[in-house]
Amino acid sequence: MKPLVLTTAWLIARKDLAIEFRTRTAFLSALVFALLGLGIFRFAWDPSAVSAIDLAPGVLWVIFTFSGLLGLHRSFGVEHAERAIDGLLVAPVGREAIFLGKALANLCFVAGIQVIAIPAMAVFYDLPLGRPLLVLFAIALLAAVGLVAVGTLFSAMAVNTRLAELLLPMLSLPFFVPVVMAAAQSTTQLLIGRPLAEAWPWLKILIAYDIVFLTACTLAFPYTLEE
Amino acid sequence: MLEATGLVRAFGSRRAVDGVDVSVGAGDCLVLFGPNGAGKTTLLRLLAGLLKPTAGATRIDGALLRGDSAARAAVGLISHQTMLYGALTARENLEFTARLYGEADPSSVGERALRTMRVFDRADTPVRVLSRGLQQRVSIARAIVHRPRVLLLDEPYTGLDASGAAALTRMLEELRAGGAALVLVTHNIGEGLAIATHAAVMRRGRFVRHERREALDAERYTSEYHELVGGPA
Amino acid sequence: MSSIPLRDESARGTADALAPSPAVIQRPIFDWLFVLAMLGMAAAYVRAIYFTPLEATQGAAQKIYYVHVPAALGAYTALTVVALMSLVYLWLRDERADRLAESAGEVALVFLTVVLTTGPLWGKPIWGTWWTWDARLTLTLFLWFVTAGYIVLRGAIDEPGLRARYSAVLGILGALLIPFIHLSVYLFRTLHPMPIVLKPDRPSLPTEMLVTFLSFVAACTLLCAALIRARYRYGVQRDALVALEAGDR
Repeated sequence: MKPLVLTTAWLIARKDLAIEFRTRTAFLSALVFALLGLGIFRFAWDPSAVSAIDLAPGVLWVIFTFSGLLGLHRSFGVEHAERAIDGLLVAPVGREAIFLGKALANLCFVAGIQVIAIPAMAVFYDLPLGRPLLVLFAIALLAAVGLVAVGTLFSAMAVNTRLAELLLPMLSLPFFVPVVMAAAQSTTQLLIGRPLAEAWPWLKILIAYDIVFLTACTLAFPYTLEE
Repeated sequence: MLEATGLVRAFGSRRAVDGVDVSVGAGDCLVLFGPNGAGKTTLLRLLAGLLKPTAGATRIDGALLRGDSAARAAVGLISHQTMLYGALTARENLEFTARLYGEADPSSVGERALRTMRVFDRADTPVRVLSRGLQQRVSIARAIVHRPRVLLLDEPYTGLDASGAAALTRMLEELRAGGAALVLVTHNIGEGLAIATHAAVMRRGRFVRHERREALDAERYTSEYHELVGGPA
Repeated sequence: MSSIPLRDESARGTADALAPSPAVIQRPIFDWLFVLAMLGMAAAYVRAIYFTPLEATQGAAQKIYYVHVPAALGAYTALTVVALMSLVYLWLRDERADRLAESAGEVALVFLTVVLTTGPLWGKPIWGTWWTWDARLTLTLFLWFVTAGYIVLRGAIDEPGLRARYSAVLGILGALLIPFIHLSVYLFRTLHPMPIVLKPDRPSLPTEMLVTFLSFVAACTLLCAALIRARYRYGVQRDALVALEAGDR
């Protein structure tokens, strides 16, 4: 059964990415938001008072959180429009596969933003490039998994409620806090040149969070569907 | 082929389906009539496995529908919404569905289904650009792409023009001849009786009439039906 | 507190055994638990204000502590009820579990608000600052957000079954979140030592103060239970009314 779940999940993820690529609106607006945010935050602070390295990690993670939400929002909207979700549910595919497929597509979305925004930040904020940047991508991916696991589940729930645009951020943001904290802190360690071992406690929290919530949200997903 | 006994579905204290038995064999077509709110759509969703019955169970060839993915693979559904992804083309929608059902050659089965519903010439247009009638044809093609042995149709003729309706009727006859079991919900008694092997009238969650088509006289049935469903569900 | 007048009995003819049928929807005239709790709170207050000695360094402001900590305990109790009832609901699908979770959630929000308002009120005279990102206050803040989200989620869904399921999912996920927030905040503070503030929340209390503290704990627990129960009863009546109205259609 296992390989079948992953194949189906990949199929659904590809479908979602094809739809997103066709319209591009969500990705482009999230990207523009991220880049604008990087710029605005830089100007909001007095550069002589706050160094770029102090500012960067916090800014980066605030931006990823909010632009991620833009992408998460449309995740189940596309299934809700013409009850396409019914088509998925009638088919002989497991509910877990549907969730994982959606989450995978969202992960690609967030990772796509990160791949562009992190180098942009390095340029805007004049940060050291090279090895730290690669490790930063790894941390970003780890954090993205956690964000996407929770965000996909809440997106599935929010789409069936009256206040969808309000509820998704309202429910998700408290859950994002440990992820954002751990990611920002380890990013800071990295940028000021501390050895990776010092950021390890934060990375442990990130990994534990990813495992716990990816499992919990996959298990909870069937309960969010009509019965 | 398709068997359901004692189906009940309650929403809170309201029973939308209140004790229904359905038995449709290979090559049969059960047509379901009834006023709005009688529970026909709920019944269809129960038969498709989308809703969990409060009591009773649906079986396909003896296998429980909600437990068995092979059983679910035999079912096709046409509902009020198109279940299509507007941003994708008809071809892409069908290929996706074909892959979902594990079809070996998704593009050719997709093409075949689109041709059956006479909509292949618009295969590469994004679905949301198509007219409602054409979307309905694509939606029907989507439901049959995996050659279901059980097809559930909820007012499928809605939005179809004469040629679309003809294509649908032809497709249904072919499916029936191939041994599929059909359950068709419609408001159009004439259209329904033309293809039915069994006819039922549903009211307030129950079958108030259920008989073989051969036993019916179409004209009398039509007038009796209007008497039967005179009041609100 | 009188009984809600039932509609014309004949209208219930079509509603069958599946409808909740409280033959008499009656609240007791005297909610003894609630009265007891209020008396307990009043007694504890009087004791705190008049009969407990002032704390040496903090003076009168320290007395807020008697409200702050028990309110926190009440909140944690109520939230535990929410988490447990969420699990029970998903397992048994009993609407009573959902109703109890709903009641406990609202009561928890009230208690959390008390903690979050008494905290700064206590902090300003003692620490010189309205807010400090210490572990408990931060956790309480995020608990407040999650609980508020819980209430808003419930308000945004009309269908009872969906609402109960979604709330239960959020309840369980919220419970899973708490250790992570706690760990993160703890790690944050370990690596970023904040100015040492006088932390009088775990002093060894002299007997007089201990008794006052314990009487507040008892009174708050009673109040928590009384409020949850009263809110639950309201929920029973409200759901019965909704079912009646639906059956009349």
